[in-house]
Amino acid sequence: MIHLPTLTWSDAWYLAPELTLSIFAVVLAVLDLFLPRSWNRNIIGWLTLVGLASAAAFVVWLMIDFKNAAAAHPEDPTAAFRNLLGGSYRIDDFGNLLKLVFLGASGFIVLSSLGSVRSSDIPLKGEFYYFMLPAALGAMVMSSSGDLITLFVGLELLSITSYILVGMRKRSGLSAEGAFKYLVAGGVASAFVLYGMSFLYGVTGTTNLAFIGEGIPAAITDYRALVYVAFFLMTAGFAMKLALAPFHAWAADVYQGAPTPVTSFLAVVSKGAAFAMLYRIFMNTAFFAKDDPFVQKDLYLGLSVLAAAAMIVGTAGALRQRQVKRLLALSGVANAGILLTPLAIHLTPLHSSLFSEFVYYLIAYAFMNIGAFAVLTVVSRGSGNESLSGFAGLYYRAPWTAAGMTVLLCSLSGLPVTGGFFGKLFILFGTVQTGAYWLAAILLVTTVVSYAVYFSFIRQMYMRSGSDDSSIRIPGPAGVTIWLCVAATLALGFLPKPVLGWIDALFSIPADFLAR
Amino acid sequence: MLENIPVLSLILLSPLAGALLVLLLPGQRSVWLRAAALVFTLIPLALTLCLFAAYRPGVGGAAFTEHYTWLSVPLNKEMINAKSLSIAFDYHLAVDGISLPLLLLSAIVSAMALLASVHIRKRWKTFYSLFLLLETGMYGVFLARDLIEFFIFFELTLIPMFFLIGIWGYYGREKAATRFLVYNGLGSAAMLLAFLILIATAGFTAVQGADGYTVQFSGSYDVLLKNLADPQSYANNASEEMAGLGVFLSDNLKWAAFILLLVAFGIKIPIFPLHTWMLRVHTEAPPSVVMIHSGVLLKMGVYGLIRFGAALFPAQLADWSTVIAVLGVINILYGAVLACVQKEFKLVLAYSSISHMGIVLLGIASLHEVGLQGAVFQSVSHGLISALLFLLVGSLYERTGTTQLGELGGLAKSVPFLSGILLTAGLASLGLPGLSGFVGEFLAFLGLFGSMKGMTAVGVLGILFAAVYILRSVLGITFGPLQERCADIKDARFVEALPMITLTALIVLLGVYPSILTDVMQHGFVGLLEHFQQRTGG
Repeated sequence: MIHLPTLTWSDAWYLAPELTLSIFAVVLAVLDLFLPRSWNRNIIGWLTLVGLASAAAFVVWLMIDFKNAAAAHPEDPTAAFRNLLGGSYRIDDFGNLLKLVFLGASGFIVLSSLGSVRSSDIPLKGEFYYFMLPAALGAMVMSSSGDLITLFVGLELLSITSYILVGMRKRSGLSAEGAFKYLVAGGVASAFVLYGMSFLYGVTGTTNLAFIGEGIPAAITDYRALVYVAFFLMTAGFAMKLALAPFHAWAADVYQGAPTPVTSFLAVVSKGAAFAMLYRIFMNTAFFAKDDPFVQKDLYLGLSVLAAAAMIVGTAGALRQRQVKRLLALSGVANAGILLTPLAIHLTPLHSSLFSEFVYYLIAYAFMNIGAFAVLTVVSRGSGNESLSGFAGLYYRAPWTAAGMTVLLCSLSGLPVTGGFFGKLFILFGTVQTGAYWLAAILLVTTVVSYAVYFSFIRQMYMRSGSDDSSIRIPGPAGVTIWLCVAATLALGFLPKPVLGWIDALFSIPADFLAR
Repeated sequence: MLENIPVLSLILLSPLAGALLVLLLPGQRSVWLRAAALVFTLIPLALTLCLFAAYRPGVGGAAFTEHYTWLSVPLNKEMINAKSLSIAFDYHLAVDGISLPLLLLSAIVSAMALLASVHIRKRWKTFYSLFLLLETGMYGVFLARDLIEFFIFFELTLIPMFFLIGIWGYYGREKAATRFLVYNGLGSAAMLLAFLILIATAGFTAVQGADGYTVQFSGSYDVLLKNLADPQSYANNASEEMAGLGVFLSDNLKWAAFILLLVAFGIKIPIFPLHTWMLRVHTEAPPSVVMIHSGVLLKMGVYGLIRFGAALFPAQLADWSTVIAVLGVINILYGAVLACVQKEFKLVLAYSSISHMGIVLLGIASLHEVGLQGAVFQSVSHGLISALLFLLVGSLYERTGTTQLGELGGLAKSVPFLSGILLTAGLASLGLPGLSGFVGEFLAFLGLFGSMKGMTAVGVLGILFAAVYILRSVLGITFGPLQERCADIKDARFVEALPMITLTALIVLLGVYPSILTDVMQHGFVGLLEHFQQRTGG
């Protein structure tokens, strides 16, 4: 009889962020059911925001707690993290940092949609808001699990909620098409991931990541081919989830069909969560596989080729795209390639920075994307379409929004002085420092080509005049979101040190990935 | 007196402050906007003039250096067992004999171009704030002494230029702007890759303390220069115990970085065949922007090639001096021949710029103090001359609505002042002794003559062609039958005449008294030449 550890009351404190979200999700669902029809559902949106904010507050509290504990017991490496339920759930700084990113991003997305989402487009606004909560919860579970099963549960929670969110525009054929495609593609991806995990379980005999890490070297000597199959299947599955080329075909249709805030959520939170899970698995398995030169070299090659392909395909595809959401979907493909680069080059022995550059770029990417999608929401309401020409003459119609969008576009193109510039700079420095010059060259060239993509917005906004010169009304919450994103993008550009220093101070590979 | 105030920061940041101020002014008051922009352009000009006067060549710019750590970003040190591992970028401003003349050139050309912006008729507020932002970028390029800082300012000139071409240009403006952005973006990408290779290798220092190594990657130019010159540094020493970090700068890597820098700055200069974008900018951008572009931005390429290509990689440059000289000769002849057959005055000037920048390349290829001085002198002189010529182009276009050579003629009768200035500028451009163009060309050819006589002889042919294309177009415009559309036009107003007279006076001054500039430069190359002698063995 295996002894199964159960959850105790003292553990509940460590799960406070997750529990908060679950409670809010249930209460808001019930509230939406009983609230009279005449009431504006924005109240549910505000309450969703409260739920996300209180969960974030708990995460911050836990981080402070860990920091104090680590300061009090500097000799004890286990002070700064907590294993729950026999190691299947881990509360550590890696997870906490990403949870904060996911909660913040979800909060910004909800804020930007308050006052911008129309009942004619999304009939069940209440549902739209409170479904953000289980989606964010799924992302948190993915960043915080130490076991393949828990990771997969998080992945499915996020995926299934996202399928529903994509189909929220009930009267739109595109939305239904997007939801269906996402369901099929996401289902296939999950199947690949699960199949790969089952091989990993097969060769090591455990689903716990830490034990898998210990068992990997022996598994490589005994079942080399099966280890390759496991990594191959999991990489393919994650590549589909992350929309890395050549597994990205679903992305453009789904992004186009989904309501804009949901598109923003898919681009930032879903992608970030899939990366978190990829990091969890690869840091615990591939890290130990590094001792075997063949596995290490092949994994490095596979991941870096995947990253390069995503950058090339994403940028080249975006070049001729006129539909803004499809364009941003392809830009997301290229950015997924950039975000994969630090993980790929970490598999070479020379790399000295690993995680801060990934999180830094993820944070910058979150701000610039959420901001750009919020601008798109506002502009498409004013111009009536979501094509590039909808931005025509924005300089005359909403000069400040045009200026803000210019900053966000500079960040997307990686021009100084923005968060996107420093994010790319540090990732590039990593590639150069490890001698992966070809990858650096591809990153640089695709970045330059992407100027043409992002500056086509600027051409429309400043150099063309639209059919309509009336000024665009910007709802308060959306305006606040846009300007917070712009300010954060600039702050990350001028003063990257606080964020990077903070990540470096919190994060340590042994404590956050390897220790049990 | 200047030593006590952060004069370099003031030069750098006052246009930026001006840009913010312009943004706050009401958009319809074009006079206010213009006055504000002018004030914030004259402040750096005045400061640069004071700096020029106070500069002591023997001492160098040491008195004016400003150095702060901007960023010191920690990296994950667990992987290498060091006490600390970080990557540091500095805010480091300095001037020396190479950058000071170019800094002065940018300040002068900016002020003149701003005066020439009277022809801008729409969206003044955006125009002037972008103009001031562009100025900050230019000053930053010539002042920065940290690789990443340099890169940021280099990129900072791209964004305003894109807008300035794309909004206020002529018919094909949007295409020209995009092409400008992508070409120069590729150049910047090559430069960034080279810089990162340098930072990861030559910028690497490790200091052993009691409790382990303190390891730092630095973008500081001084650190790079020191490490590259030191055979014991990690960059030059493959057999160190820290070699596991991959910090060794192998010969292949040096060549790769050198060629990347050559491509990066070659696009900017521009070197044939990387020049096509520049023709479009010259024809499509508004004249006052072309004054800046042709007068200053092209010189950023020259400066970068000397500052980074020559000073950091003297051995590579010495090995490739023939290649650079050949590229220079191709530039000279290609530009000159094509300038002879153009029907559009702006294209004549654009090809003439390519030809003149070829002379700069010859000066660099000489690896000789006289030649290098010639390269910088020619840059300054060409900056002034082409700014003056494009100022005239703008004034002529305003009056006649054309810049086609076939449609212009007999201007000497209707606008004698403009024609006189045009003739002077043309003579300066073709290298008439007594005007600045002659001195730059003479020094560059003189420097090259010692090492490559044949190449010099072929290069000098360019001067012959210059006489042909300049006289053909300038004489065609000023004399000959009076064209219909040139008949009833008025001569230059005061606001137009002021920059024309100033630029002409400077061209004459440099022509008759060149040592005002060469004295400043004299010590600027001392360090560089020592490097050449050290590393090329004599």
